[in-house]
Amino acid sequence: MSQKTETLIDKNGLRIDGRRPDELRPIKVEVGVLSNADGSAYIEQGKNKILAAVYGPKELHPKHLALPDRMVLRCRYHMAPFSVQERKSPAPSRREIELSKVVREALEPAIFMEYYPRTAIDVFIEVLQADGGTRCASITVASLALADAGIPMRDLVAACSAGKVDDTIVLDLMDTEDKVGSADLPVAYMPNLGVVTLLQMDGILTLEEFEKAVNLAIDGCKRIYAMQKEALRAKYVSIKESEE
Amino acid sequence: MMSIVVRVKQKQIAQLISKGKRLDGRDLYEYRDIKIEQGIIEKAEGSAKVLLGKTEVMVGVKIEVGQPFLDTPNDGVLTVNAELVPLASPTFEPGPPDENSIELARVVDRGIRESKAVDLPKLCIEPGKKVFVLFVDIYVLNHDGNLIDASALAALAALKNTKIFNYEVQDGEIKIKPGYTPLQLQAHPIAITFAKINDKLVVDPWLEEEQVMDARLTITTDDQGRICAVQKGGSGFFTTKQIMEAAQIAVEKAKEIRKKLGWVT
Repeated sequence: MSQKTETLIDKNGLRIDGRRPDELRPIKVEVGVLSNADGSAYIEQGKNKILAAVYGPKELHPKHLALPDRMVLRCRYHMAPFSVQERKSPAPSRREIELSKVVREALEPAIFMEYYPRTAIDVFIEVLQADGGTRCASITVASLALADAGIPMRDLVAACSAGKVDDTIVLDLMDTEDKVGSADLPVAYMPNLGVVTLLQMDGILTLEEFEKAVNLAIDGCKRIYAMQKEALRAKYVSIKESEE
Repeated sequence: MMSIVVRVKQKQIAQLISKGKRLDGRDLYEYRDIKIEQGIIEKAEGSAKVLLGKTEVMVGVKIEVGQPFLDTPNDGVLTVNAELVPLASPTFEPGPPDENSIELARVVDRGIRESKAVDLPKLCIEPGKKVFVLFVDIYVLNHDGNLIDASALAALAALKNTKIFNYEVQDGEIKIKPGYTPLQLQAHPIAITFAKINDKLVVDPWLEEEQVMDARLTITTDDQGRICAVQKGGSGFFTTKQIMEAAQIAVEKAKEIRKKLGWVT
């Protein structure tokens, strides 16, 4: 359980984990981590540890669900029972069902869906450890897994949250900040196209704060995007080196 | 999935919207007529039916005594659930709630919860042991688009109509006394939903517009014009400019609706 922290921002303007308001948590991303999947990726963002795997394009069962003009993207966001303080039942919760939907809808605009009519692509996301902002990290890592699977995409999708704690607009909220803070606003963004593919918010923000938070989150997405590209590049450099 | 008729109309809808018009004659930012009836289910502690154009949503509030959540021992419990009843649309199937009804319930829940419309600490009977549990059940009766806004209105109308039985605690037991006390709401969160069609925003999409829209954006604001919940849906995207435009319109529209319904705190 989260404890009521007196203040989330100290007198030097630093957050409980020592970050500045506009600072991301340390991020480590790796592409191609599972041998069975067509594409896979792993992310650590602060204490978040998340795996994503992509299977497909493949034949869709039951067949009547297939679309004649495009593929079907299926997405499962799931948290491991041990990923949080108090054990989570492995059965999908209402939250996980909603998140599976919004994550799918954040990834869909990036994919050339019409290239694979009548097929399905499955995206499986397993949150192994959660510490706030897992839906964003899931989108970041799932879009890498899709790219790793060789799915034609318009852009990578990078995601990051912004929010408000102690009257300050901050980037990339961790669990305590999310629970105790006054607003959380996850955003997914395609930097090359400059468009937002996921936007949610809960909490209270004025119009001005809302605009500031959206722009800060987009700024975070752009920084994460650079790390995504680096991770993809790293995989192919390592393959090239092993060939030589 | 898109019906053949809608596919034919898609071009027409998109063309009209680029000229600033809509198939049902509304302006781009014009809301449909809202009709509200309250107190229609006698056995529920609170109830309401909302007609938003032809969209029809009923909400019943039931109250039970239960245990608080471990992390909020001094708060009552608010539970929002939505049923897309099969009689409301040919696309609704019987069965456990699917992702659409779960999303609907959670977006309505977020607006009520974050705006603190219901004073949850006031619903505490005995800290850590006994609290009132409010079940807000959304029942969609006819689907003609924009279920989120209609359900949010119906949920609020039902909560405004809710009364809790009088009681006193004797030796840890709850004794029901005659009479009822109305549940006082502290805020009126109003959800305003936009559809993006042909790169333009329209307010309060009806069914055919929803079937051809690229993406959906819901912005819920409170009485002070602050944003308390946001949800993007659909497989399209928005630009930052569109998001900020939508946020400003949502604040204005919500204010209009609150005034029209006489919902002021």
